[in-house]
Amino acid sequence: MTANPDPNVDTVWVEKVALIDQIPRWAAMLGLAVIVIAIWELATARMGWVSPIILPSPGETLDDLIFVGKNLLSGGYMLEALWTTTRTVFWAFVIAAGIGFSLGVLVGETKFGERAVMPYLVAIDTMPKVAFAPLFIAWLGFDIASKVALAAFIATFPIVVSTAAGLYAASENERMLFKSMGASRLQTLFRLKLPTGLPHIFTGLKIAAVGVMAGAITGEFLGGGQGFGALIRQSASQMDTPRVFALILYLSLLGLALFFAVAWLQKRLVFWNKADRPGGVG
Amino acid sequence: MTMAEPRPLTAAHPAAAARPVYEIARLSKTYARNSLTALTDVNLTLHKGEFVSVVGSSGCGKSTLLKIMSGLLPPTTGRVVLEGKPVTGPRADIGMMFQQATLLPWKTTAENIVLPIEIREGRAAAKAALPRALDLLKLVGLGDFANVYPGELSGGMAQRASICRMLISNPAVLLLDEPFSALDELTRDFMNMELQRICAEQQSTAFLVTHSLAEAVILSDRILVMKPRPGRIVEEIVIDLPRPRTLEMINTPRFGQIVAHIRDLLGKEAFQ
Repeated sequence: MTANPDPNVDTVWVEKVALIDQIPRWAAMLGLAVIVIAIWELATARMGWVSPIILPSPGETLDDLIFVGKNLLSGGYMLEALWTTTRTVFWAFVIAAGIGFSLGVLVGETKFGERAVMPYLVAIDTMPKVAFAPLFIAWLGFDIASKVALAAFIATFPIVVSTAAGLYAASENERMLFKSMGASRLQTLFRLKLPTGLPHIFTGLKIAAVGVMAGAITGEFLGGGQGFGALIRQSASQMDTPRVFALILYLSLLGLALFFAVAWLQKRLVFWNKADRPGGVG
Repeated sequence: MTMAEPRPLTAAHPAAAARPVYEIARLSKTYARNSLTALTDVNLTLHKGEFVSVVGSSGCGKSTLLKIMSGLLPPTTGRVVLEGKPVTGPRADIGMMFQQATLLPWKTTAENIVLPIEIREGRAAAKAALPRALDLLKLVGLGDFANVYPGELSGGMAQRASICRMLISNPAVLLLDEPFSALDELTRDFMNMELQRICAEQQSTAFLVTHSLAEAVILSDRILVMKPRPGRIVEEIVIDLPRPRTLEMINTPRFGQIVAHIRDLLGKEAFQ
């Protein structure tokens, strides 16, 4: 018995893979971008189906991207605005992670947290949190503190829920194992439940990373100040749509950076969970 | 050649001469929540080096019995004494094995094996126990896998590692809760033979809860048959097949007779 294929045997059935499933990722992404930009170009610059005030052409947007990029690189006022927003986002994320994790442990680990704290958290979470923005401004002023507060407020809840869910993730057998080894409650928490729950906790952190971005920009829209959100609102009020597009694109880089920082940390810490690759949303 | 006839509970068996390790007398367990009597009047003595199994249909109280024996659940009444000391909670001299290997995926195989030491005596003691973990891994044929993470072990290998974790603290008794029921049949047969070899080498006293009659017969010196409502031991069967047992014994008439006898005892209600 050799592994050599027998030339006398006809292969009658070969698995077929559709052409569209054979495209490599880079080519697929590039292809889609080309198609979208082509339609965009067609609809704006070439055919004029859409007014430039509503949607600028790709060329105009590119011009503004370059302009904003130059301003950022030369340390202009836009870099200062971006730095303000970055600080807001950073502190909001740190505060949300700290408070969210602590509340999550309280809810997931204690009966008191589950019975008394969780119902209130659910009640607050169902409120439209952006509506609290005027309150934060009244309490904390127009400086970045009020924006940090709003962004942290929005981002805290997913971390609470995911941390609490993570603490439930350890199986009945694993809990029994720890019990049979005479493990204390703290030992079980730190050596079993928290490590087991890490993938869940990181899911919450990724949702929170998106949440702090939304919260920070909303805060800057409503409260003014120095941030990128204020620049966007200013450009929009001047009908400078290409500038708005350019600013949003740079802003999204900040969000991506935060998201991938969390994903990178997850890959480092949760090295055993092969299913959870960075970049996978959730 | 009539054998495996119902015998009185006081029947003499080969291990009776050995030192008693685990003694349970007039044990009962009633769950207050639904006033369900899970166990009533259970009497049981495990002698040094003895392998005893308990079989019975679901709800016959065998899991409750195991939980009480492992110190995870308090009895309602009765004496539960291991090595002369009453069992009032989890103890280092009780080794446990579960249906799932439950190895922590962020620790290497060797680190998983010394986990009971780490929990009880701290990280330094756990580190000091690593050479012994390696010896145990060699005993179960996993010598080359000490520094591998459990994600790379097969189901049978993971259960062998969990045998090592159970043995690391030199327990006086091994409590086995359907340890191989999640494995495929071929692996399971192999693991049962491994378990027999390891128990013989370590002169372990073992107590096995299982659904598989064949598994119980091939491994045990004695089998306790339990029935539900209320959970109780209805018969004790001494398995007089010679040791060491081999898988070929499954095909002997004697083996078949014993299995048939237990199935008769249980069958009437199991299929109702």
